[in-house]
Amino acid sequence: MTEPRKTVMSVEEELEGDLGTRRMIVNFGPQHPATHGTLRNIIELDGEVVKKLEPEIGYLHSGFEKISEYRTYNQTVTVTDRMNYLSPLCNNVGFSIAVEEMMGIQATPRCAAIRVALCELSRIADHIISVGLQAMDLGAFTVMLWTFIEREKLYDIFENVTGARLTTSYTRVGGLLRDVPPDFEQMVRKFMVECEKTIGEIEAVLNGNRIFLDRTQGTSPIPKDVAISFGLTGPLLRACGVPYDVRKARPYSGYENYRFDVITGENGDAWNRYCVRVAEMKESLKIIDQVLKTMPQGPIYVDDPRIVIPPKTAMNTPGGGMEGLIYHFKNYMLGHGVCPPKGEVYSSTEAPNGELGFYLVSDGTQRPYRWRVRPPSLYNYQAFPYMTEGGLLSDVVAVLSSLNIIAGELDR
Amino acid sequence: MDPIEAVKAKYADQVLGTGTHAGQPWIDVKRDRIVDILKTLRDDVGLDMLTDLTAVDHLNQGLPERFAVVYQFYSVKDNVRARVKAWVPEADPTIDSASALYRSAPWAEREVWDLYGIKFNGHPDLKRLMLPENYEGHPLRKDYPLTGRGERMNFPRYVP
Repeated sequence: MTEPRKTVMSVEEELEGDLGTRRMIVNFGPQHPATHGTLRNIIELDGEVVKKLEPEIGYLHSGFEKISEYRTYNQTVTVTDRMNYLSPLCNNVGFSIAVEEMMGIQATPRCAAIRVALCELSRIADHIISVGLQAMDLGAFTVMLWTFIEREKLYDIFENVTGARLTTSYTRVGGLLRDVPPDFEQMVRKFMVECEKTIGEIEAVLNGNRIFLDRTQGTSPIPKDVAISFGLTGPLLRACGVPYDVRKARPYSGYENYRFDVITGENGDAWNRYCVRVAEMKESLKIIDQVLKTMPQGPIYVDDPRIVIPPKTAMNTPGGGMEGLIYHFKNYMLGHGVCPPKGEVYSSTEAPNGELGFYLVSDGTQRPYRWRVRPPSLYNYQAFPYMTEGGLLSDVVAVLSSLNIIAGELDR
Repeated sequence: MDPIEAVKAKYADQVLGTGTHAGQPWIDVKRDRIVDILKTLRDDVGLDMLTDLTAVDHLNQGLPERFAVVYQFYSVKDNVRARVKAWVPEADPTIDSASALYRSAPWAEREVWDLYGIKFNGHPDLKRLMLPENYEGHPLRKDYPLTGRGERMNFPRYVP
């Protein structure tokens, strides 16, 4: 006769005895509130410890690179909006700079200054949402609501400037869609005051919060050389202590004229990433302040008839519109307009998530032969298994929200 | 150390062309010893970050081969960029994987395999990254039509 099965264990037995746990597979995503995008992670758990994590991406793959091979350069700007949907203006600017570099033209000072101001506003929009969602995933719902209020104000500014809240499509090759409205400076100044106050409030709530500190400090630290090998860029790399910022390393659009610091962390854990983001928002406010103070006057388009669409008055003025009409006609004809010379270029800008690179191959026609985006999120997300394996399941959420993965950019 | 000089000194027979564009040196190489060339660039030249890895399909353009696998490098220490292009023939679209050298390579190579159909020898886990496993074809190839190959026709037409 077999011994009767013991149903109740003593506390000592439960703590010290081998319970013989079996591995459990947990499906995290693609529809999960804490993924903040359509991502899927297949997590193999031993108890509460993550043994293996395999990300599966591609749920938002829309073939942007294929579509863009069939669009002209200025039409492609609309495609870049949809990549990083938290900061579409940075994508617009990055793409326009890549094409301008290819054609060897330089944006006018006013155009460059407006681009910098809008890029930094987008950076704040992206970072503040990232911080808010990081706090929300760790239980601080209030911060998320505050940050969304700030983003709403930013979207009002974007709507006033570009005509759209999200799909801005504001830049053109060699210029901008139109000049900023007259009350732009006033709106931004008002926002800056309020935003600074909100950042202070966020810091007051989170910086001394025991739950937030315990769950972020020491979570997924990453050594410098590993981070570089993974190709991490942006706040993630700077949180590791590597002062790499494209705005400083290879200034574009006049960033060399503005004074700002590159913020670095120490060990690259989730806490450092939060600190870097908050400090970068303050640096962005500093840059915007300098831009508004030194905003030059003048045209927003380069003086190049190859790419500039002439104003209506130059076309239909009686007795003097022939030249304008010809340029207008040529700009819209297939095979004319923005045609960069044969060649290839890799141009990168500092998007809020990291280095946003555009690798363009031109065959001399009005359409890009190959249009490759170097999405920062893809390379940042590749390090996710390295960061989480061996940690706790609850840390997976804490790390994922600190990475700020944008699925639209990840999958393109 | 200059990347062009370093590669030329060691693998002169592999180099097809060199140059500099917009302050960025570029090197065209054969695919045969690509891992050795990348190792030289990483260890001797100090290009410690593989920023991007992608491919280009030069269909009927009269270039050495149909496909080019393009590596973008950056050196965090020296603030230098470089680009390496390895030509891959259409008949045998394979190249050695850089996964052992750079941690950023595996996903980028999976994406190139997915969208261009270039196989990477020695890759730890070469499967499609963006598209579903049962997808047929490699959509970023130039001979793949923009509207797809019958993906829409596979579904019944909705008639209200």
